[in-house]
Amino acid sequence: MSTWKALTGAQAVAEAMRQANPDVVAAYPITPQTPIVEQFASFVANGIVDTEMIPVESEHSAMSCTVGAAAAGARAMCATASQGLALMWEVVAAVPGLRLPIVMPIVNRALSAPINIHCDHSDAMGATTIGWIQIYSENAQEAYENTLLAIRLAEHKDVLLPVMVMQDGFIISHGVENVEVFDDEAVKNFVGERKPDRYLLDVDHPYTIGPLALPDYYFEIKRQQEAAMENALKVYLEVGKELSKISGHDYPYFEEYKTEDAEAVIVILSSAAGTAKDAVDELRNEGKKVGLVKPKLFRPFPYREMRKALEKFKAIGVLDRSMAFGAYAPLYTEVRNALFESENRPKLQSYIFGLGGKDIFKSDIKKVFDELLSGNLNPEEQRYIRLRG
Amino acid sequence: MATLQEIMAKPVGLASGHRMCAGCGIGAIVRTVLAASDKPVIVANATGCLEVVTTIYPYSAWKVPWIHLTFENAAAVASGIETAYRALRKRGKIDKDVNIIAFGGDGGTYDIGFQALSGALERGHRFLYVVYDNEGYMNTGNQRSSATPFGASTTTVPAGTKSFGKPQWRKNIVEIAAAHRIPYAATAANHNIIDLYNKAKKALSQDGPSFLAVLQPCTTNWKYDPALTMTYSKLAVETNFWPLYEFDHGKLHINYKPKNRKPIEEFLKGQGRFRHLFKPENRPIIEKMQKMIDEEWERLLKLEESGAVL
Repeated sequence: MSTWKALTGAQAVAEAMRQANPDVVAAYPITPQTPIVEQFASFVANGIVDTEMIPVESEHSAMSCTVGAAAAGARAMCATASQGLALMWEVVAAVPGLRLPIVMPIVNRALSAPINIHCDHSDAMGATTIGWIQIYSENAQEAYENTLLAIRLAEHKDVLLPVMVMQDGFIISHGVENVEVFDDEAVKNFVGERKPDRYLLDVDHPYTIGPLALPDYYFEIKRQQEAAMENALKVYLEVGKELSKISGHDYPYFEEYKTEDAEAVIVILSSAAGTAKDAVDELRNEGKKVGLVKPKLFRPFPYREMRKALEKFKAIGVLDRSMAFGAYAPLYTEVRNALFESENRPKLQSYIFGLGGKDIFKSDIKKVFDELLSGNLNPEEQRYIRLRG
Repeated sequence: MATLQEIMAKPVGLASGHRMCAGCGIGAIVRTVLAASDKPVIVANATGCLEVVTTIYPYSAWKVPWIHLTFENAAAVASGIETAYRALRKRGKIDKDVNIIAFGGDGGTYDIGFQALSGALERGHRFLYVVYDNEGYMNTGNQRSSATPFGASTTTVPAGTKSFGKPQWRKNIVEIAAAHRIPYAATAANHNIIDLYNKAKKALSQDGPSFLAVLQPCTTNWKYDPALTMTYSKLAVETNFWPLYEFDHGKLHINYKPKNRKPIEEFLKGQGRFRHLFKPENRPIIEKMQKMIDEEWERLLKLEESGAVL
């Protein structure tokens, strides 16, 4: 039986971790991820889980411990945000090459400088090229479900890659929602137990993990990693179908909201999609043909499916919550890439919003739609929402 | 007490055929430490000479489970393995006792790995950390570390017209480790295999973290005849340049006291990294070094005599 609980996004992810009851969790507190660690630590302290938790001295060691535990054969998890992700970067980048299925919830927060504890996606968007699967969540419910899905996706024998599960800092991590927490037993059966075919604690079958690889093999190992990413596209859908049996929800690569017959759509990630859906509803009531596409799986990026979904529209606004400084913004780049093969490319417009936690309102989204419908677009120009003049 | 023959006869997890430099003693250190374990061993290895020469893909010299992650985190990786061991043991997924041993060079231990080491010692994971201390970044060609001794010429602090090499003495890593109130921390040197073996055995018998700093003369970057590795290791101890001692539950015991302490020149001569010290104008540098060594030795003797617990 599902139960409905009033939970923050951070607590929702901690619930997923409680139900998965991993062997090892290593984490270091960082705002706004801290409540995940605190909540899970209280589960450990009260015997609600029997996970061994390592309260490490830094994020670098958090990921290093997680890797040690995962390589040893444990199901091991970590969680971080922003500066923490940046500090553990070196180790984060090594995980996909070691093919360790580590799941790490990320509470998205702006990167210094200036120092800022609020939401944007500059932390995770800096980590899109190193081989982690990335799933973005709109709300606490999605963060909870995506965490469960991520465990099975990461550990699938055709994937064996780490997964970051995003939620927006404070907006989701600290906002209380009514979250449907699925039946413990059903979740336990869904996530199952990690069954690695090789692990360090299997001392009768010693193996070497993390050797030096020179130009004769490094490239080949990296190519295998890319093949695993390709497999992840398929496995994501398969695992999602299984999770649907418990949740009743679908797990597509991206969500399409009121896109049938839409002329103008916006593409937007995470919590701001919720605000944008309200704007879509109101504009639809006014008879405007507008809709929304919310990518969930960002790595691997489903280019073909995205092209098919987007090429039917006249105008598309892509709203990024981070910049790529000197290049097109990350989400905009992928949308452009996806549409390159299209016979009828829609008109595109790139927007930047919400850096360092700056709010975005329905009125802002409506202005975007007005621009998209007016045709006043320049695909080579980056426009800024609510930027002080 | 095991004899040298008995130690050498033990089957260990490091196969021959690795690619260490001629005259390198790291293999002897690893072999001896592994031989001291009467349980299956899992090794976490920091980036450095040992990692590079034992695992060029698709080859591995390791016959025991072995992991290398990055440079500065062997202690954190070992923490993760040890925690996984406790978790899987508790859940009945494994049933064997194991020893977890981390190996790192001095760069990966005294310098860049210092924080991860301190964190692991403070948390009290049951593992042995072994630093094979060749007194610099020798895998990459002799750059200065905080283990590099006073007066040594390195590529990053070279001797020159305005420089006699490194102006600082090495960091006192064993006392720093012991100050974490871990059960056992000790120095050892490559030539004294029995001492190293006994210390590794003692370290592995502790119910908590233990730490060994083993002097590893580097033929390539100390620049001496590869036949003389064990000779230099011995001279380092006979000159009190590298005293052999242990902190057993915080209490110092000096394992070897040279009857006639040799002058430091005996250790310095023949090493390319110290060649400049023999120029007449650098005579005061050698004298200063001798003074530092003698003062440190006196300090150790007093500390031992006091019976104080660190």
